[in-house]
Amino acid sequence: MNGLRAAIGDGLVIARRNVIKIVRVPEVLVFVLISPIMFVLLFAYVFGSAIEIPGGSYREFLIAGIFAQTVIFGATFTGAGLAEDMQKGIIQRFKSLPMSRAAVIVGRTASDVIYNVLSLAIMALTGLLVGWRIRGSFLDAVIGFAILLLFAYAFSWIMALVGLLVPSPEVVNNASFIVIFPLTFIANTFVPSDTLPGPLKTFAEWNPVSAITQASRELFGNIPPGTPEPTAWPLQNPVVYTIIWSFLIIAVFAPLAVAQYRRVTQR
Amino acid sequence: MSSNGVSTSGGNVIEARGLRKAYKEVVALDGLDLSVPEGTVLGLLGPNGAGKTTAVSILTTLLTPDAGTATVAGADVVREPHEVRKRIGLAGQNAAVDETLTGFENLDMIGRLYRLGKDRSRARARELLARFSLEDAADRPAKTYSGGMRRRLDLAGAMVADVPVLFLDEPTTGLDPASRIELWTVIEDMVDQGTTLLLTTQYLDEADQLADDIMVIDGGRAIAQGTPDELKEMVGGERIEVTVADAAVAESARSVLAPLASGEIRPDGRPETLLVPITGGAPVLTQALRNLDAAGIEIRDVMLRRPTLDDAFLTLTGHLAVVEDQPGAGRGEGEG
Repeated sequence: MNGLRAAIGDGLVIARRNVIKIVRVPEVLVFVLISPIMFVLLFAYVFGSAIEIPGGSYREFLIAGIFAQTVIFGATFTGAGLAEDMQKGIIQRFKSLPMSRAAVIVGRTASDVIYNVLSLAIMALTGLLVGWRIRGSFLDAVIGFAILLLFAYAFSWIMALVGLLVPSPEVVNNASFIVIFPLTFIANTFVPSDTLPGPLKTFAEWNPVSAITQASRELFGNIPPGTPEPTAWPLQNPVVYTIIWSFLIIAVFAPLAVAQYRRVTQR
Repeated sequence: MSSNGVSTSGGNVIEARGLRKAYKEVVALDGLDLSVPEGTVLGLLGPNGAGKTTAVSILTTLLTPDAGTATVAGADVVREPHEVRKRIGLAGQNAAVDETLTGFENLDMIGRLYRLGKDRSRARARELLARFSLEDAADRPAKTYSGGMRRRLDLAGAMVADVPVLFLDEPTTGLDPASRIELWTVIEDMVDQGTTLLLTTQYLDEADQLADDIMVIDGGRAIAQGTPDELKEMVGGERIEVTVADAAVAESARSVLAPLASGEIRPDGRPETLLVPITGGAPVLTQALRNLDAAGIEIRDVMLRRPTLDDAFLTLTGHLAVVEDQPGAGRGEGEG
């Protein structure tokens, strides 16, 4: 059995364990799923009337941004879950088993896709209630959700590394806020990026969070007619740009996270 | 590779030479050698901080030694850790179980991670739960288990893959006496089935009960090794401890008992108490009592004492094997 097959096979065993834990302690799930609802409602009703989008409705503009922000925040769950795992006795068992050293992380990032699927579903339903509509084709909408999940999955590998570097699960949340807030606000998530001042505008244009938001907006058909074509390449090709970023993140952070796991488990 | 067909060096399933490990300034292991022949039990005996857990961690690939070499079931612990892990089971001081999962789910997961496949993992889990008297609790989350049940589940976890070598790091620390004895029975059963076992303990009676061979370690070094009987002999054989009613007759008691003694008779603490080294056990005690009675010497107390491993440990390490952080942890045998 080669390394990758072992990592996937053992990772699925660990993912199965994580799913059993979700089912057994559903309270955790409840809180994870309430915050996206809150986000949709807060932005829709607090900012909804204050921000004007030329030729369209802000609520419709907003939803894709909230999707992007929420799945990125969802990745902190991976970091916290992993940091918590590392404190548990079962890790002692995993260390002495002839299992892939990547399995615990592969399993964690895989089972956390479930959270993202659920939170996307809940946000979409809440969005429909406040007036958001999918105006594109069904296939485009499916691709839209798929690309959000892909990016979320990739981002969870960054948080996996963070989770293995910090001493306790609480630190993950604090540490990740510092990165995630600027990343998700200096973007086209909540306001059109061309209204931002100079350097922030450039950052926003090349920020992958803008690309994933732009991709969702296009695929869900939420770009108002008459909106000028974006000038930056990433926003002209948001799907390709998002896919490149996703694979780049996995290619860089997966080996780093696995190496860190080895360092922590074998001294 | 079949579980019992592993190649071993000179019949030793576990072999370590010159193991060294230091954490910053603290030297945990200072050149430890050990070997465990196939199918035997080595007890690693020592107080807290003696280096027992460090030794086990190196032999089970959880820790890399600073120096020295070790092979377990024919595989090198540093160069072929994955091969070693396939052939060993480990139960540590803290029960390594997932609290949210049930007993069955814990063992099933471990089976799959040993790559037994779905069917064998489930069958093996059920089999072990029955063997460790956990059938009734099989489908309850492990967090509802008592301390003894958790340890049994952990031990079952170490045995899921039917591995030829087991490492048990202080398997009964913190358990009540009844659970300890229960666990001993389980351990004795697996040794009877040919498993090679390395056991660490700070309980002398535990080493005495379970081990074929005992290595006493202190400060990261082996300070003595032998069978339980050999270690006891190091502190001398059996003796009669007799207390006469009046210190004034102690001298005459000494001359009455001299012909029965196998060595020098010494007072023990108080002048009226004499320690008489003997060989021959109870018949000699009977004879001693007859002789004292015939001489008209009144005695207040008498007992036949065999040296315990506690005596051996005290003699060898120079300090008592008392576990300070476990007040009243069910060790009722610390004789006065």
